[in-house]
Amino acid sequence: MAVAMFGFGFLLVPIYDAFCEVTGFGGKTANEAATNVAVGADQNREIKLEFVTTVNEYAPWVFRSGVDGMTVHPGGLYEATFIARNLTDSHKVAQAVPSVAPQQAATYFKKLECFCFTTQEFAPGEEKEMPVRFIIDSKIPDYIDTITLSYTFFDTARLTDNSPHTAQPGHKAR
Amino acid sequence: MIRKLCTSVLALLIAGDAFADWAVNMPKGVTRLSAETYEIHMVVFWWCVAIAVVVFGAMIWSLINHRKSKGAVPSQFSHSMIAEVIWTTIPVIILLIMAVPSAELMIKLEDTRDPDLTVVITGYQWKWHYAYQGEDVSFYSTLARPSMAARRRNSGIDPSTVENYLLDVDNRLVVPKGAKVRVLLTSNDVIHSWWVPELAMKKDAIPGFMNETWFRAEVSGVYRGQCAELCGMDHGYMPVVVEVVEREAFEVWLENEKGGATPVATASGELK
Amino acid sequence: MSGAIANAHSKHDDHGPVKGWRRWLYATNHKDIGTMYLVFSLVMFFCGGLMALIIRTELFTPGLQFVDPSFFNQMTTMHALIMVFGAVMPAFVGLANWMIPLMIGAPDMALPRMNNWSFWILPVAFSILGSTLFMSGGAPAGGWTMYPPLVLQTGDAFPFLIFSVHLMGLSSIMGAINVIVTIVNMRAPDMTLLKMPMFVWTWLITAYLLLAVMPVLAGAVTMLLTDRFFGTSFFLAAGGGDPVMFQHIFWFFGHPEVYIMILPAFGVVSEIIPTFSRKPLFGHDSMVYAASSIAFLSFIVWAHHMFTVGMPLTGQLFFMFATMLIAVPTGVKVFNWTATMWKGAMTFETPMLFSLSFLFLFTIGGFSGLMLAIVPADIQYHDSYFVVAHFHYVLVPGSIFGVMAAVYYWMPKWTGHYYNERLGKIHFWLSTIFVNVTFFPMHFLGLAGMPRRIPDYATQFADFNSIASAGAIGFGLSQLLFVYIVIQCVRKSGAIASQEVWDKPRGLEWTVPSPAPYHTFETPPEVSPGAAFP
Repeated sequence: MAVAMFGFGFLLVPIYDAFCEVTGFGGKTANEAATNVAVGADQNREIKLEFVTTVNEYAPWVFRSGVDGMTVHPGGLYEATFIARNLTDSHKVAQAVPSVAPQQAATYFKKLECFCFTTQEFAPGEEKEMPVRFIIDSKIPDYIDTITLSYTFFDTARLTDNSPHTAQPGHKAR
Repeated sequence: MIRKLCTSVLALLIAGDAFADWAVNMPKGVTRLSAETYEIHMVVFWWCVAIAVVVFGAMIWSLINHRKSKGAVPSQFSHSMIAEVIWTTIPVIILLIMAVPSAELMIKLEDTRDPDLTVVITGYQWKWHYAYQGEDVSFYSTLARPSMAARRRNSGIDPSTVENYLLDVDNRLVVPKGAKVRVLLTSNDVIHSWWVPELAMKKDAIPGFMNETWFRAEVSGVYRGQCAELCGMDHGYMPVVVEVVEREAFEVWLENEKGGATPVATASGELK
Repeated sequence: MSGAIANAHSKHDDHGPVKGWRRWLYATNHKDIGTMYLVFSLVMFFCGGLMALIIRTELFTPGLQFVDPSFFNQMTTMHALIMVFGAVMPAFVGLANWMIPLMIGAPDMALPRMNNWSFWILPVAFSILGSTLFMSGGAPAGGWTMYPPLVLQTGDAFPFLIFSVHLMGLSSIMGAINVIVTIVNMRAPDMTLLKMPMFVWTWLITAYLLLAVMPVLAGAVTMLLTDRFFGTSFFLAAGGGDPVMFQHIFWFFGHPEVYIMILPAFGVVSEIIPTFSRKPLFGHDSMVYAASSIAFLSFIVWAHHMFTVGMPLTGQLFFMFATMLIAVPTGVKVFNWTATMWKGAMTFETPMLFSLSFLFLFTIGGFSGLMLAIVPADIQYHDSYFVVAHFHYVLVPGSIFGVMAAVYYWMPKWTGHYYNERLGKIHFWLSTIFVNVTFFPMHFLGLAGMPRRIPDYATQFADFNSIASAGAIGFGLSQLLFVYIVIQCVRKSGAIASQEVWDKPRGLEWTVPSPAPYHTFETPPEVSPGAAFP
């Protein structure tokens, strides 16, 4: 039984992931391209879309969205551009992590193409324009009138090196 | 035991009303929802007091009267179906009475639609960053210098001589009175939690995720809070200060701020 | 235990313990192991207590006087880990070792060698944990809840933290298996399940909880370990993980853990109140059902620790309702204890006094728990001193007073001598007064807006913090009296205890002589209808 519960602890991870994916819990969006979305803009409805960009743990990028926000019709196909520049003179790899607020909107936010599906490689000092193409599912509930799409840029080197000594320049973790 | 209990209950009773100014109770706050939260808090509190009076009353009565030194002879009953059904049912009813208004308030707390202003708040070890969405105004907010100097171990500065010790910052979050402010929260490193008791809101800032909440302050003033989630060494030193001003004053302030700020993502100053 | 003494009984002697250190290191006797658990728990109680006093001393006045913030965080983290895993849980396992075989008429625990093993893991685990204090980067400082990403910033101590948690879990799991096997297989004939005393019942339920959740904790900390060292990202957003998921898994363990720490205390109190009320326990069977439903509900309320992480509304509603439901069986227990006292003929010896204090103060902790279940209010209370007040009210006058009551109640049976009743009463009054002085003001602090786990605070919180600190020092010092009383009793300086010890208590443990011989119930006792419950 103890062994079974130990296994169950790990099993909670996929259960939780599946749960999040279905419900959009935690504002998580799907991390692969959506297929099977009805296209056809609903001209009668407008949703305000806002973009927020964050760089995690002072990672060496300037990361911003091309525009602050846009107004979209549910069902329409749109493209937005995000721009990132490597501030170092070394090769860097980034992973962008998307999050959507309100959480209820997450399952209706269908990305057809996104720079967050894979890691992004940057040559020294390189600046990149990265597109995301998306459709807001027209089944989105009426009460949602604003959606914030947030991307956080993570330095993937930190995934394999989690030692606290590299955590923050300036403040050495004690 | 009995005396102790009486003092405890008395202290709680006093806490309810008379001593409200002595900061022994939750602040009523300056938003409609904070007032409602306070109401629910008090309703549940009084229910607890009422139950305590009945239950502790029965215990104390029994302690006084059913003691061997008074010559009490123990009866030997060991169960009573009726009594047990009663004291299972009544709590259920009381709980339902409490649950309904709470659920109603929770729905209001989640309603972030139609904001007048959106602020993106990012938690850092150990400061806050505020960005006004679509306004090109953003800045860090760190512990104010007088507190910073006094907080060092054996600094020789008496904290009581520092105004708003540990609750003051260099740059306040300024918002207009009566405006619905939508707050988007995320973090740069570890989990933080943004808390202002007077606004009755607390929400975690989680790296990689965007959390959402809102407030509408009805009264001008300066409201202070702190980070509420342990976030490392200086967790106790990243206060939150929100200044609520008239709309005109806010517009003036916003115009002044524009231009000089760095975008949220660069933080290039931190790299040096 | 001092050095090796030539063993006079080279051939195993059934009638008494071997002499010297071998008796303890190789112990398989449930009484010896029980004693070791209790002594270990007392030592840990003082270690954790010392840390609490460092915390409270720093918080006596605003400003930093004694320790740095990082050391302060190490103290809060270590205090919690030591008190939860080192003091409260081993104390109850010690009581279970001593009393369960005596209460069900078994000669020993079912798995004596595993029993030995599960005890001796603990000193190792806590030595490892304690040694982290001297490592570079210091002891873990991310809170006992070990939330990532913060906990991943721990210095060299990190793998030691994880390993020691694994060991503690292993020890608890083995202890739980032992309890379950003993209770299921080794009851005296005619000791049917529903005839079992409440202490045995609550321990049986506790053991199942332990078995269910300790492995989940082990899994959670293992994932932390691989996230830090082996490139996984269970809890790192960058790799597709989610830090909030750790909180879900942790509290899936953490909430049943709360009941693991309180259910045996319920059992203890259910033994003591009938004895000193001279009345049978009211509603024995409904007490069993209440304890079982508390245990069941404890699995579906975990997210009430996480109302501010941004859960969907439906989730918040579900966890609020489920949490409020726990108040019902808990209420049943409190009402049944009250009904047990009702129309009894009470006397107030120290165990009864501690049980009464438990009853009143645990109920206060229950009330604040109910308040915390209400989501909108919880958003204000969350991570404030109100929470600190709440869980200390259920853990100190709850669990720890339960242990103290049990020790006073059964110590004459263990040693064959009464403790000093006058000193016991003084210890009781000091503890009860100081526990309130310490923790009651924390309610006010939390409501006024003081967050928990901060080394320094704004000046308006100064008065109540000073009161709480003074109370904490008083409480700490009064526990020295407890040690004195125990030593006195073990040294047999009190009056000789009769076989029954108290006034016609119920239960098989009172049918063996005092002190309980090294081996008891080698032939199963007959369970007469009057000897056990109901």
